[in-house]
Amino acid sequence: MRIGLDMSSIEASRWSDYGLRFLFGGVVTAVTGWIATRYGPVVAGVFLAFPAIFPAGATLIEKHEQQKKAKAGLDGRQRGRAVASIDAAGAATGTLGLIAFGVLVWRFLPSHSSLLILAAAAVAWLAIAMLAWWIRKRLW
Amino acid sequence: MKQLLFRFLIGGTLVSVFALIGDLLRPKSFAGLFGAAPSIALATLALTIATQGKQYAALEGRSMIAGAIAFFLYASIVSNVLMRYKPPALAATLALIPVWFATAYGLWLVWLR
Repeated sequence: MRIGLDMSSIEASRWSDYGLRFLFGGVVTAVTGWIATRYGPVVAGVFLAFPAIFPAGATLIEKHEQQKKAKAGLDGRQRGRAVASIDAAGAATGTLGLIAFGVLVWRFLPSHSSLLILAAAAVAWLAIAMLAWWIRKRLW
Repeated sequence: MKQLLFRFLIGGTLVSVFALIGDLLRPKSFAGLFGAAPSIALATLALTIATQGKQYAALEGRSMIAGAIAFFLYASIVSNVLMRYKPPALAATLALIPVWFATAYGLWLVWLR
């Protein structure tokens, strides 16, 4: 399947859905800062890859798929959960990019420009995640 | 307190932006990549570099690798459980969060401590 845009999930989303994710993201970032102050960078760093909004995202995807099927007069619970499972598999693939992000920051940040390394780490995350997704698609 | 509020706003904004991008994309397996976007990492590291310096932020980056490995295991198990047993997504994702904590703690014990 080709990569493309799907506006239907945006149309199905409510402002409260985005508000919830803003809240989770904000709270985890603030808590990570607090953990760093209290326990230091080694403990706090682990939380940079905490699945903060993952439960909310998976739940919204399930809900949207259910709503789509309900419009057609069908019970979409099974389908909604299957799509949430596919989304979770995608997130697992994305974590390979997160590992690359962490490696770049760890190994190169102390001796290079901060802006350059953060930008390179973000690009590496996307590149590795997309490559892993493509390989996974080819194999399965 | 002011810095925590600032972190909250930056973190919330970056997480929302990546979530919005994920919502716009298809297929879902590809959009799912954005569920593991480095949104919290970017927000935190930028502020940490500004306040604590690069060496301190690099240590956070090393620990982040352990968190990402834990996330990989957690998301893989969530995906399998949802596909095989079809429980509600919220129940599965929340009930399995201890997998992330246990893996992250295990890696901290053997590698980071």
